[in-house]
Amino acid sequence: MKKNNFIVTFFATLLLSTFVYAKEITITGAGATFVAPLISKWSEEYKKISGNSINYASIGSSGGVKQIREKTVDFGATDAPVKNEDLEKDGMVQFPEIIGAVVPVINFEGFKPGELRIDGPTLASIFLGDITKWSDKRIADLNAGKKLPDTEITVITRSDGSGTTNVFTNYLSKVSPAWKEKVGTANTVNWPAKSTIGGKGNEGVAANVTRVKGSIGYVEFAYAKLNNIPHMNMKNLDGKFVAPSLESFKAAAAGADWTSVPGMGISLNNQKGEKSWPITSASFILMYKTPLDKTKSNETLKFFEWAFKNGGKAAESLEYVPLPANVTDYIAKNVWSKIQK
Amino acid sequence: MADNSSQNTPSNKKKLNLRVNKVARIQYLQDFFFHKLTLFFASSVLIVLLGIIISLIISAWPTLKESGIGFFFKNEWNVVNSKFGGLSSIYGTLVTSIIALLIAVPISFGIAVFLTETCPIWLRRPLGIAIEILAAIPSIIYGMFGLFVFAPIFGDYIQPALHSTLGQIPFIGILFSGPQNGIGVLCAGIILSFMIIPFIASVIRDVFSIVPPILKESAYGIGCTTWEVVTRIVLPYTRVGVVGGVMLGLGRALGETMAITFVIGNAHRINASLFSPGSSIASTLANEFGEAEPGLHYASLFALGLTLFIITFVVLFAAKLMLVNIDKKKGVKS
Repeated sequence: MKKNNFIVTFFATLLLSTFVYAKEITITGAGATFVAPLISKWSEEYKKISGNSINYASIGSSGGVKQIREKTVDFGATDAPVKNEDLEKDGMVQFPEIIGAVVPVINFEGFKPGELRIDGPTLASIFLGDITKWSDKRIADLNAGKKLPDTEITVITRSDGSGTTNVFTNYLSKVSPAWKEKVGTANTVNWPAKSTIGGKGNEGVAANVTRVKGSIGYVEFAYAKLNNIPHMNMKNLDGKFVAPSLESFKAAAAGADWTSVPGMGISLNNQKGEKSWPITSASFILMYKTPLDKTKSNETLKFFEWAFKNGGKAAESLEYVPLPANVTDYIAKNVWSKIQK
Repeated sequence: MADNSSQNTPSNKKKLNLRVNKVARIQYLQDFFFHKLTLFFASSVLIVLLGIIISLIISAWPTLKESGIGFFFKNEWNVVNSKFGGLSSIYGTLVTSIIALLIAVPISFGIAVFLTETCPIWLRRPLGIAIEILAAIPSIIYGMFGLFVFAPIFGDYIQPALHSTLGQIPFIGILFSGPQNGIGVLCAGIILSFMIIPFIASVIRDVFSIVPPILKESAYGIGCTTWEVVTRIVLPYTRVGVVGGVMLGLGRALGETMAITFVIGNAHRINASLFSPGSSIASTLANEFGEAEPGLHYASLFALGLTLFIITFVVLFAAKLMLVNIDKKKGVKS
């Protein structure tokens, strides 16, 4: 009898749960790890008001592009924008959904976060392995009046392919011809500095930087802030030194002309503006113009529409910069309109 | 069973025969199907193995076609320029495994000798179990231990000590120079040795325990020391099995991924110094697969995977062959 009861309850639950699930829509997305914390926060809040959930797999930018090309997900997310000709070929649209920044972090006793300053070419020289000691004249010149010890520099990088690396190497290529020629921009590059140690993921870089004395690495700003790793202040295109903060990231985004590149795939690195943080980047969403499943595609659009309107606070609490209103308007009018409803 | 009393009448006998035949036929069918089913299960392993090899070769083909055998000897791994050579990863895999063996084999040998020859009986089981538990620790734990606990100690105390002693010897001194920050090829090798000690030790212990007591006791009887018994009697008798156990450990060391990724430093570079960062095949795969674009990068990672597969396959095959041989011996002589 007991067994029968169990079976009845089991099937009743199963039946009920299918009813519950039948009502709500689950949209799936995959891609950049960078935006994963944000999308999970957004989807949590979105579920409360709509009942629909977003199932996001943070598998990396290239993985996101691969998945949407294979049509296994409703949207893909990538840090490095896809070229417009590829978008056209695949019948996809691309739009930015959030802005983030990369900061150089250091392990250097006796200095507070932001107390040490650096500019792009010097940063490139360190990562190229031309500068091997903290006491190097080029670093000392930027930090007049500070006593820099003779410590060897250990360069810490991402060992896994990463959108963060893409943004960082894109910046170094912009400010250093030598970097552009020898290394270039990619998700994984051949790090030239002899002292390079690779850590897996933002957390791997963070762990190595906090452990190895005299090290320098680069992480998403949120990681530096959450783990309390000292960052460096940087010289921007206008020659001003700025600290990484939501204001300086916003300033970098403000001057950007999104319409200059078809597919909106612009780089926010090294933007004009006195307050602009130099290493800033948007993360992008990919969707099909003619979706396989229109219900899910529409729901995805609804989700991002809601996020653009109401998700700003959640984004800022996680140290991301929401897109300015004129950009989200542009996306709704000129990008989403291309998607079949 | 009620009609057992009248079983002698011919008609009953016939009935009985029929029933026996029927049962036999059913049982025969059952056995037949069971045999085929288990055969299918067993051969599915082989089919999967074959499928993996074929898919590896197909996926690695673009790279193999582009650089041929040169892929294994080219020391360049540049995603931006699409130049891929596996030498630095292959070098890292082999060097870390060799370091691991150099450390693990003598220690495992000592453990096995202690457990089989000199250990008090009451301690034998708990110690043996403790060593086997070491083998059950997930490799990611070893990696975390390596990065957060071992590497700092290694960099602060052991590397300076090694540098000021072994590092001063001409020729091999260069192995122990370079950045002393804990992470690197040597650190990875040492962590690997922790991981393979339980495997090697338990195999060596097992093969030591099959040495016929009469041989050992005769040796002790004519006045041999424990050392003499182990080196002259036990080791010659079990040589093949010991080598098999070592190979088994090597097989694990070659394929270890997560722990190595944490501590090797992940740089595609071949350096004379063991302190400097490097990469192994498995760590390269773990790091780069997620973001690899379809094309040469993807194919090259598959080619690396194929290389690792071949190396491990050969090593494990040799190990199994040797262990099989010692099992045969066991039946004949004991």
